[in-house]
Order: sequence, then structure tokens, then C-alpha cells
Amino acid sequence: MIIDRRLNDRNKSAVNRQRFIRRYKEQIRKSVADLAGRRSITDMEQGGEVSIPARDISEPSFQHGQGGDREIVHPGNHQFQTGDRIKRPEGEGGGGGSGSGEGDGEQSQDSFEFTLSRDEFMDLFFDDLELPAMVRTMLGDIRQFKWRRAGYTPRGVPTNLSVVRSLQNAMARRIALKKPIERQIAALTEAGAPAEQIEALERRKRMVPFIDELDLRYRNRVKEPQPINRAVMFCLMDVSASMTEDKKDLAKRFYTLLYLFLTRKYEKVDLVFIRHTEDAEEVDEDRFFHDTGSGGTVVLSALRLMQEIMVERYPADQWNIYGAQVSDGDAFGADPEKSRAWLEDLILPAVRYFAYVEVPDNTNRLSPLSHAYRRIEASHMAMATVTGRHEVYPVLRELFRKEAA
Amino acid sequence: MSAETLREPISSGAEWTFELLQQYDEEIRDIAVNEFGLDCYPNQIEVIASEQMLDAYASLGLPISYPHWSYGKEFIRNEQSYRKGMSGLAYEIVINSNPCISYLMEENSMPMQALVIAHACYGHNSFFKGNYLFRQWTDADAIIDYMVFARRYVMQCEERYGFTAVEDTLDSCHALMHHGVDRYRRPAPLSEEEQRIRQLQREEFEWQQFDEIWRTLPARDKELDADAARNGHFPPEPQENLLYFIEKHAPKLASWQRELVRIVRKLSQYFYPQGLTKVMNEGWATFWHYTLLNRLYDRGRVDAGFMLEWLSSHTNVITQRGYDQHGYGGLNPYALGFAMFTDIRRICENPTDEDREWFPDIAGSDWRQTLDFAMRNYKDESFITQYLSPKLMREFHFFAIDDFQQDGFLTVDAIHNEQGYRRLRQLLAAQYNRDVQVPDIQIVRYDYNGDRALTLQHRRYRGRPLEAHNGGEVLKHIARLWGFTVRLETLDGDELIDTQELKAT
Repeated sequence: MIIDRRLNDRNKSAVNRQRFIRRYKEQIRKSVADLAGRRSITDMEQGGEVSIPARDISEPSFQHGQGGDREIVHPGNHQFQTGDRIKRPEGEGGGGGSGSGEGDGEQSQDSFEFTLSRDEFMDLFFDDLELPAMVRTMLGDIRQFKWRRAGYTPRGVPTNLSVVRSLQNAMARRIALKKPIERQIAALTEAGAPAEQIEALERRKRMVPFIDELDLRYRNRVKEPQPINRAVMFCLMDVSASMTEDKKDLAKRFYTLLYLFLTRKYEKVDLVFIRHTEDAEEVDEDRFFHDTGSGGTVVLSALRLMQEIMVERYPADQWNIYGAQVSDGDAFGADPEKSRAWLEDLILPAVRYFAYVEVPDNTNRLSPLSHAYRRIEASHMAMATVTGRHEVYPVLRELFRKEAA
Repeated sequence: MSAETLREPISSGAEWTFELLQQYDEEIRDIAVNEFGLDCYPNQIEVIASEQMLDAYASLGLPISYPHWSYGKEFIRNEQSYRKGMSGLAYEIVINSNPCISYLMEENSMPMQALVIAHACYGHNSFFKGNYLFRQWTDADAIIDYMVFARRYVMQCEERYGFTAVEDTLDSCHALMHHGVDRYRRPAPLSEEEQRIRQLQREEFEWQQFDEIWRTLPARDKELDADAARNGHFPPEPQENLLYFIEKHAPKLASWQRELVRIVRKLSQYFYPQGLTKVMNEGWATFWHYTLLNRLYDRGRVDAGFMLEWLSSHTNVITQRGYDQHGYGGLNPYALGFAMFTDIRRICENPTDEDREWFPDIAGSDWRQTLDFAMRNYKDESFITQYLSPKLMREFHFFAIDDFQQDGFLTVDAIHNEQGYRRLRQLLAAQYNRDVQVPDIQIVRYDYNGDRALTLQHRRYRGRPLEAHNGGEVLKHIARLWGFTVRLETLDGDELIDTQELKAT
């Protein structure tokens, strides 16, 4: 008896794979965090190679260790005589002597490496940020679809039957099937063949149906994801010497999350990176995160540059503008106050949302910048102090709550 | 033997179709059953894709199994190495069940499919049906049904008690997988499990009715020998089947956990004969695919191209590298098994004087009967003791090395010469003795009236210690199942040399 099982479920092991990942979440998460640190914001959404220390996932059983007495039989002798003495090979107390053949992949690798799919990766990444389930589903898939025409299919529901298409096909089929018979009849008539032979052909010609199942065509429609339109996201960061790698890492997570959120909502999301010390410049993502600047801090310069770019390239009537600023909050002299005014008067009216995230060294002290920003009265401005990864998400919560509605 | 016929190949080229598979199968069956008299279960051949093959590998080669992370790990491991091209998929998985299920991969060419049909559907199949260990230990009729039950049961437990609780219990059982058989007691047939499963379902219903009342009933331990328990001598005999003892006596296990222990125990029992007959089983299957396909050629049903293709794969499988060659991983069971069955046939058909001296009973006998007898009544260890010929020892260039703890060097004990043959054969057979492979660990005391501590003994085999890290981990697993203090005593001879103790938390 031969059975074709190829159409069966091809992914029986998916269940076991999930269990494996759930069980070693902690170890895998570390790999995911490393990956997330290495990736650019826009490439966050893909799978990736992760590795776990092999020892963590070994399954123990009682086994013989080294030592004791044993004899081992090996093949391939070409030099030894009975009684020969051989030096012990380094670092082994006699082979296992289990006689397992085939060299069946006894790889003594130190780490177990495998590939996470995009979904698995995102899931763990969100886990790291302790995203609540609702937001996860929102970020995890695209919500809006539009139906679009997509040609014709041979199967469908009666409502979608395309009469014109179906009849065209029927006609083509009738012509294709009848023509050869007609030619045969013509040839036979000319040759004066017996009437019943011609009659039989005539019958066959009449057998060709006017319309057949084969001819039916249905209008086909497909669902297409339908993001709304376009947005631009300004990432502002203080890169003066006091911003450590850890702080930048937090900043990056925050930007990533905001970016992911925006890509769910908008068809096109532009990213603008502005970094500043005492003056601001627009840079690409790589330099944004990995070049250390030096010098003092003038926050205003960054806000100014942002406003210039907005005027120049992203007019507010054509773009949804989002701003995200990360700083350790140190600012001097008149700078905080000027920045506040600039933000409040020129930027906030034009943006949909502005988030300010502070990564201070000392959480007990109110920094000059937040002291100034606190006086801004605007519902679409959020502020927060963040010291650990799990605090990144709450900053955006307000935004999610409003926008998800 | 039929006369040489005209060459009328069933097919040529690499393409296979279902009709062709059918034709080859019929032709091979005709040779296997009618000409050579192999006794097989009916075959069920399943055509699958490579990822399904990976699935099959991951679940121990059973077509269905309960969900567990370790199978996920296996799957990922195989998939990674398959993708990187490090390992091709071995071309056959065959399941000891009735009907005997074999898998064909759709990517394979026609000659390879024919090879797998001959190897698995007639070779392994007849071995499963004939060998005494399989007849005694496994229940080909019931295994699939049982696994269906096991899968459902485990998933229900997961729903009810949570993934983690089920996983913990299964992990602990898996750690004792090699200690789930009692070599001297025949297990009850699996088909009797059906009764129990019905019973379980009834209980299920009652539980829902009287959960609380049931819980307060004192558990009656029918098996506890009252006298023995009073004297603190329980069990009366050391128990080597650790899983069985835990299932029956662990004081703190919930009934669903006992059932899980039982499932793993049944699984371990099912795989027990496979571990003892690897050389014979693979040797037998390889011998028969070789014999059957050659016969197919003699009948003129396949062409030379067909032969060349499967022979190259065959040659790869039976390669035995020397101890000092790259990629040597011990003795290859395919190579040794195939060589031995081929050699037995040679001794029957064309014995030399040496063979007559060594094998007076079989030299010149009917080879099919002799092979059949060997297949039915031996396991690797006894098979080698009985049938390994001096000629093969010379061909393999076998030599034995002594590795004794008190020596600073290794000594060559015996080589393939007149003085060495018997010693060599004895030592090689001993390598396939289960005691050499699995440490001897038995339960000796259950302090039933005291602190309920469980004492296990490891009797060292020729001074060989346990691998410490793993041993400690397994002990933790036993403690988790037992729920009270667990001790592991190590004995060398009759001398107690070490005791590890683990207080249950």
C-alpha cells in the first residue's frame, strides 16, 4: 500500500519548536538583545541567528565517565602487534567504547545555533520591552485591508461570475472543438464517404456543449494591506560625552518601538536623525548611534534644525510629523528655557506627537531641561524618565492609547 | 533459480511515479517473499517531503508522539545541518508497527526509492517481525494507537496543569529513559493498555464528580510487602527499572504524573530492542537490499544505470574507516552487520577449511535457513560471539586495546592472528553488552516507615565511575519525581566508596 502524505501538514514540529523557544526564552533573549543592538531601526523586523550555550540544553542521563578498566576493539590495524605499548592520547580516558558507528554528528559544539523567524524574533523583542498583549497584536500585524481587483479565477461564488469572460471562453472552446470536425466532414463529403459516417461526425459536432464548467470565470479580488499614508519621524539625540552606550541603547529601543508603531500606521515612514552637541547636524543612522561627539550641549540647535527640515522637506499639511527626543537633560543657562519656547511655539503646533525621554545619571534630581519642558501644556507631548528597558514602553503608552482608538 | 531472461527493465532514468513504485514493490516482494521466503508485516509506504522527514526524525522516528521541547531541539538541529548540507538525510526511517510504515522522500530518484523499499519494507520489516527481542518487548499492533493516546493525554495535562508542570515531569522521566526496562521480566503487552486507557477515561468522569472526596482517600499500596516494609527492607530485591518503581511508589506524584512516567516507560521499552540489535538490524536490512536488488538485475528488470546509482549509495553506507583515518567514529554497524551476514552466507555456500573448523554446524548448510535462524535468535552481543569469523577479523584488521586505570599507557591486547581471534571476538561482543554502555543503577531501599528516603546504588562496572556532571543532574530529576531525600551510593565490588545525598526541597 502506497500513500501520498506530501499534502499533509508539513510542520508537525512547529509545536515542539515553540516549546523549545519558550523553554529557553531567557537564553535566547540575550541573543535577541544583542541582535537588536546591532541592527538598524529600519531592519529590526526580520529573523536572525541566535545561539544558546549547548550545555544549557543538554539532556542528562547516567553515563560512564572516564577512568576504570576497559578494552576497546578498533578496525584498521596496520602496525600493532600483541603486547605493544602505546602512549595514551592526550585528553582522553579511553574512547567511549560504545561502538556507535556512522559518526552520527557527535558535534561537541559549545553553542547551539539556530535561526529565528521574523515573528519569533519580534515576539522576543517585544518581550524584552514588556509590551502588553494588546499593543503586541497591534504591532504584530497590519490591521487595515483594502479589496483590490486581481484578474479572474476559474473558481468562485456565483455573485462574482463574469458573464462576458465566461462566454468568451465558451466561444473559443466551441470554435476549437468544432473546427476540426467540420474540416473532416468537408473532406469526407468531397471523398463521397458513406452518409452514416458523416452523420456520426455531425452528431459529435452537436455534442459540443454551448457552455461548460471549464469556461466559467469569476472576478477575483485580493486583500491588500492598506496603511494610511506617510509620516516622518525625527530622532533627536544629545550625543555629548555624558551620553554613555547604555543610554544610547535605551534611546535606540525607544526609537525602534516608535518606528515600528509608525510603520503599522503609515505606508511610508521617513527617518530623520539629528544629533547635537553644541550645534546640530543631520546624520545617517549609523553615525547617529555610533559616533561619539564631544563638547557641550545646546539643545536648541537640534530643535532649530528640526524645524528647518520640517519647513523645507516635510510640510505639515502633507506629512504626519512625529518627534522623539532623547537627552540626559543637562542643559545650561538660557538654553532650556529657549528650547521650551521653540518647541512649544514652532514645533508642537505642527507635529502629531512629540516625546521627550530623559536618561539621567541621577533620577532624584530634576534636570534643567525637564524642568523647563514640564511647563508645556500640550496633550500630544509626552515626557518620561527612563533608566531601564522595561520603562521604554510606558512612554509611548499614551500615544498608543490615543492612536489605537 | 529461473533462467536468465531478456532484459526488460521496469523503468529507466531517475523519474519515479506512483505506478512505478507499485511495480517495483510488487517485483521486490515477489523475490523477497516467494523466492527467499522472508516473513514480513504488510507494508505501508508513505511518500513525504524532506521537511516531513525532518519531523519524523525529530520525534524519535515515530509517526506520532507527544509534544516536548527536546523534539523541537532535535528538529532544529537536523534542519540546521541539513540546510548547511553537512548531512544528507539518511534515506530511510521505518517504524516497527503492523502494518510496517516506511517513508520515501519525494526528492529521491527511482533507484533510491527501490533501494529504500528493499531495505526498509523487506529487510527491517522482516527483522522486526522475526527477531526474538522485538517479539518479546514490542507490540507492533498497538504502538501507534498507544502513541495517539499518549499524545492526547499529554496535551490534556498541559491544558489542565500548565506547560511547565508537564514539561518538568517529562524532563525528569527522559533523564531515566535508559533505566525504564526490567531485563528479566517480560512486559505486559501494550494492547492491554487499552483497558487501562478506558479505565482512565472513566476515572476522568468520576474525578469531575468527586474531586475532593477522592483526594482524601488513603492510597493503598497493594504491592508493598507489609513484613518487608516493617523491617525497612523494601524493595526485597534491588529494582533496575527505575521508572517502574517511581511510577508505582513515588509518594508525592499526582496520578496524572504517574501516567506520564508510565508513558515514557512504555516508550523506553519500545526502543529497548533497537539499542541491542543495531548491528544485526542494519546488517540484515543492508544484506537484503543488496541481495534483492541484485536478483532484480538477474531477472532483467533493471538496467545497469539503476545498479550503479544505488550501489554508490550502498558503498557509502557500508564504509568502515580505520581507527587512524579522518572521520572515524567507531565501528559502523552497517558495515559490520552487512559483512557478517554476507560472510555467513559465504560459509554456508563455499566454506574453507578454516570455516569448517570454526563453524562445523553451519559450514555447507542451507544459507537461507541459517541466516533466518541467526536473525531470529540473537542480539548484537551474542550474534558476534556466535558468528564472527577469523576471515572477517582479518578483513577489518581488528585489534583490541587495553585501557587500564593503573597503567600509564595503553596495551595492545589482541590482534587478528591465530592467537588473537577468540579473545578479539569475545572483546568485540562485550562492547555490545548493555552493561558496558549503560551504568548499572538500581533502587535498593525505600525507607517507607521513616523519612521516605530513596536509596539507589551504582555498582561500578570494572571501576568505571559515573560522568559526574550528568549524574548530579539526573539525581536532581529523581529527587523531583520522588519528592523526598534521594541517595546515590557508589559501590566498587562490595565496598561502598561514595554516597551522594540530595534533600528534596
